[in-house]
Formats: sequence, C-alpha cells, structure tokens
Amino acid sequence: MAIFLTKDSKVIVQGMTGAEGMKHTRRMLAAGTDVVGGVNPRKAGARVEIGGRTVPVFGSVREAMDATGADVSVLFVPPPHAKAAVTEAADARIPLAVVITEGIPVHDAVAFQAYARARATRIIGPNCPGLISPGQSNAGIIPADITKPGRIGLVSKSGTLTYQLMYELRDIGFSTCVGIGGDPVIGTTHIDALAAFEADPDTDLIVMIGEIGGDAEERAARYIADHVTKPVVGYIAGFTAPEGRTMGHAGAIVSGSSGTAAAKKAALEAAGVSVGATPTETAGLVVALLDDLAETPGNVA
Amino acid sequence: MREQAMDLYEHQARELLRENGVLVPRAEVVDTAEAARAAAERLGGRVVIKAQVKTGGRGKAGGVKLADDPAAAEQTARRILGMDIKGHTVHRVMVAEPVEVEREMYLGFTLDRAAGRFLAIASAEGGMEIEEVAARRPEAVARIPIDPAEGVTEAKADEIAAAGGLPPETAGTISRLWTVLTAYDALLVEINPLVVTRSGAIVALDGKVTLDDNARFRQPSWDDSGDRARDPLEARAAAAGLGYVKLDGQVGVIGNGAGLVMSTLDVVAGCGARPADFLDIGGGASAQVMADGLSLVLDDPEVRSVLVNVFGGITACDAVADGIVRALDTVALTKPLVVRLDGNNAARGRAILGQLAHPLVHQADTMDGAAARAAELAA
Repeated sequence: MAIFLTKDSKVIVQGMTGAEGMKHTRRMLAAGTDVVGGVNPRKAGARVEIGGRTVPVFGSVREAMDATGADVSVLFVPPPHAKAAVTEAADARIPLAVVITEGIPVHDAVAFQAYARARATRIIGPNCPGLISPGQSNAGIIPADITKPGRIGLVSKSGTLTYQLMYELRDIGFSTCVGIGGDPVIGTTHIDALAAFEADPDTDLIVMIGEIGGDAEERAARYIADHVTKPVVGYIAGFTAPEGRTMGHAGAIVSGSSGTAAAKKAALEAAGVSVGATPTETAGLVVALLDDLAETPGNVA
Repeated sequence: MREQAMDLYEHQARELLRENGVLVPRAEVVDTAEAARAAAERLGGRVVIKAQVKTGGRGKAGGVKLADDPAAAEQTARRILGMDIKGHTVHRVMVAEPVEVEREMYLGFTLDRAAGRFLAIASAEGGMEIEEVAARRPEAVARIPIDPAEGVTEAKADEIAAAGGLPPETAGTISRLWTVLTAYDALLVEINPLVVTRSGAIVALDGKVTLDDNARFRQPSWDDSGDRARDPLEARAAAAGLGYVKLDGQVGVIGNGAGLVMSTLDVVAGCGARPADFLDIGGGASAQVMADGLSLVLDDPEVRSVLVNVFGGITACDAVADGIVRALDTVALTKPLVVRLDGNNAARGRAILGQLAHPLVHQADTMDGAAARAAELAA
C-alpha cells in the first residue's frame, strides 16, 4: 500500500498546458502515473501528445472527473490564479489536490484551505514538491528515478531534503514520500502524514524532516508521543539561521525565541524520536533502526 | 526568491491606518535635527520624538522621548538620529503631537499558522510591556480566531472588544484594522498602544504592519526602494532574482532548494566553520543563475572558500557545472571551490568539472565530505 497516492490513483493536471505543467506531466507519465487529463478552460477539447501518450484537456475539474474518474489533481497554476483553481477543485469535491505553486499570498492560502477542508478535499502544499509512492504513482515534481519501492514513509517541509534522504536511502526504498511544503499555511501537516503512515501496513518506519519557523514539529512531537508506535527518525534544518531572516521558504523564519531548530529537535527527542545532525547521519539512524527491527523476534521488516 | 515578509516603518504603518479611518496623532517624519525643530513648531511646540527603525523595544533603548519645546525637539532629535537600536541605525525620526492618555490597550491581527487562519489579539493592558503580560498572565490577552469565509463582521468586532476587555467604542477601530490587514495583504497588523484619550477618542499611538511579499503582484502601490536590502550584496542578489541572505562567516554556501541550503549551513557549522551566506539557486536553475550566484559569493570579501552543494532534482547538475565554468570565464578564482553534485545528470556535471581541471576546484562525493573540506579550506 502507500498513503494518499497509489497505483490506482487517477491524476489530472490543472495548468498542464503551461511550460511547467507540460514538463512535469511528461515526468509523471514516465514514472508510471496514470495521468488521465489536463484542465484548461481555454483549451477544452484539445488533445495533447506528451511522452508518447495522448492526454485530453477538459474545461473544468468537474468535467475531467466525470469523464475520467480522476481522484487527484496536481496544480501548476501561477500564483494569481491559484486560489480560483483550488476553489474549483474543491467545488468538484476531488479527494486530493496537490498544489505545487510557489509564491501564493497567505490570505489566499488561508481562504482556500478553509474552503477545501469544508468540502473534504485534502490539500498538499502549496509550495511543495508533491508526493510519490515509488513504483506506483508520482503526483508533483519529485524525481522518480532516485529511489525504489520500500517500507520507509517520509514526510518533509523541504523538497530538496526530501530528495536527499530518498537518495541516501535508495537501497531500502519508500512506501510514500510526501513534501508538505515550506509555506506558513499548508493543507496536509506532519501530523496528518504521521497518522496515515502509522495506519499504513506497508510502512515500517517514518522519517520526518522539519525546519525552522512555526511550531509544527513540536506539535508533531506531541502527536508521536501519544499516537505513533512505529519508529520515527527526524531531521531539522536551520540551526544556523539568524533571527528575523526568512531562509528561502516563506515559513522558515525564527521569530524571537520561537521557531528555532534547537527547540524542535529537543521536542522530537523528548518524544523518543532519533534526530540526526546531518541528512547523512539521519539516513544512518534509519538503517540502524531497520536492522534492529529485523532482529526483533516476530518482526518482519 | 525574495524575502517573504516586509515590515513597514511606523510612519508607513500609521499612514495605512489613517487612510482607513483610524485616528492617529498629527506627526511629521524628518531626517535632520533642524527639521525636527521646524516640525515641532508646526505641531504646537511640545512633541514626542520617535526613532524610525524596524525593530521593537525602541522605548527601552531611549529612542522615544518627549520634548517640551522646539529647541528641545532639535536637541532630542540630534541625540536619537544616528543611534543604534538592536543593529538598526536611526536615519529618520517621527515628530508627533503628544496625546493625553486615559488608558492604554493592545489590538492586533496575526496569522495562526497551526490553525491556518488569522487571529485577533486584544488586551485591556497595552503599552511597552505587552509581551510580559502575555507571558505572565496569558488570560489577560484574548485570542479570537477569525473564520476566513466571514472575516470581521460588526458582531465579530463587538465580540473581540468584549473578549479583550476593550470599551465597546473600539469596535470601529477593530473593523478598520481588519480592513487594513485584508486590503493590503498584511501578515500582521498591530496597534500598541491603542489609547483612549482624556477627551474620549480612540487613537492609535503606534502601529506595526508586516506585508506579504507574495502579494506584490496585486499590490502595485508598495514602494520599498532601497529599503529592503541592508547589505550591498543582498541588493545585488535581489536584482539578479537570487535567494540570498548575508551571514557573518567565511564559507560561502550555494545550493539548490531552501531546505538543502539551510541544511548545508548547519553541516558547515558542524564542521567548526561559519557560513558566510545562504544562497539558493532555486529549482531548475540555469547555468546563468549558477554563474551569477557564484560571482556574487566570490565578491564577498569575507569568503575564504565556497561550497556548492547541489542535489539535482529539477535542477540538472550539468547545467550547474556549466554555470561554474561560465563564471570562471569572467571571474578570476582566487578562493578554493568545493563542489558536490548528486542526482539528475550528476555524472555529466562531474565530468565537466573534471575536464576543467582547475587547481582551486575540488569535487567531493558527499555533502558531509564537501562541507568538511570547505571548512578546512576556510580555516
């Protein structure tokens, strides 16, 4: 199995006919994703040749879902139009909307997250690389060829750190890797992914990557202490970040004494999470814990 | 990539409040002591002189003073201009009409990241000590979530005033402050203190506004020319569209993706060196972007070695290598450069750098190894 995205997922792409949309639709198809359509009201009825496949373009998310049975939308819509696009996806009641777009105003994110929540549409992102269940499906921009299917679940605020850990642990493989995004307001949180991995019979161990800003990691730590029985390995970026400066991600900022990497690491460790000092050391902790699991009688890791 | 949040100066914030119907004291902003004297004369003689810097704690630092007459205003302004407050130099002061304060309160709207919506924060105890009040007696500070679909209705404004223990007459100011938050795409708006004057008026004595840079495309009126980049290298990076933060160490760091670059800074620090900067060339960076970034970092006189750490996802490592080669065509490399390339087209990128065979360009197989080498070369 996997979380949120499986081989049965039928994916549409909002903004498919733009340059980014075309490039990544080609990559998703190459990774085995069942991309069943694109959405562009101005190009409805067109058929686009991408990566040896012909993908139909629909005028709306609703039409695309009715025609194809799509249950996932990946959005490459530019920031000024992102709120309308997510609203449309939620109105169509699509179960999962993956918002790749970077640079969406916070007021728009606040509005569409609440709107989607009220319509039972799960949002991943915005400003995220999406998610991949290796060997099954890839919704977003995560490179598909750097790892393989396996039994580690990974949730991360950062795209490139997701890739780095996927690559370091490429010989072990992953059930699902979810990039939840570095913006202050995001749809799917560390906690949502932790809960899903805990319930996923095909995930043995969870890797959680956080960074400075907000208190999402501290809240995740409390959740782990209370609800997660599977081993969790953590990594936090931003120990050297100065106060008051935004470090690349919109949400990555230390304000006064809140949002520091040290506080997040301490909270995770207090919840029994092993936290690595570098991505490579973090991967090493995963390998050691999986070895322990394999040696535990009655466990089939 | 740009700075995402932009703080306004007090005088800019008060202008937004005033335009939206919030009462503020009469005031002028000046940059010389003589002009402060003239402003005091126009404002009736007795004035408050306030340092204009983008940091809190101005009062405690001596940056806010009462002057009894224009001559005193000139003297006071002279003392405050040029003062350093938490690393911010005072270039301008606000000369404001004093207000007879009956009581001080606090009012603000801020983002609740965890809940993904905005919160009203209101307290009957405002002024300089609000952070201490919030820490010592959290019950004295009301936090009321705002439904994004509804916003702040008249009833909601009444509810916020009541919850914070503010007089009912503040409801109008509460609504107007919400208008400022939404109309200007602000992440934070704050009035501290919000006061009731002897004559019973509700007046904002000080305001803070933080704008969301992501909304710039629909906020054409924002003007922060020459104000955002504190450092000349940061100004150059902003012009080139690079995500760059100047730090105070010796190892120049360049990477792709905010998380990986932040992580690289930490790994460099873990090797006993200090990073000189945060530079994210972003996803799918071209050779030109890489070349621009490398030239920028090499021009930092503090930099003793440069670490390029790229995990190619959307970014292709051969484009990064091409960018390094291109930069070295125009910039004489006098500092060692350590490069770690992994992921998309890594083999091709490494081969390009191998062919370059530059004595100061070192390749490393791993992120940790590259950081250790760059730290060692900067020592």
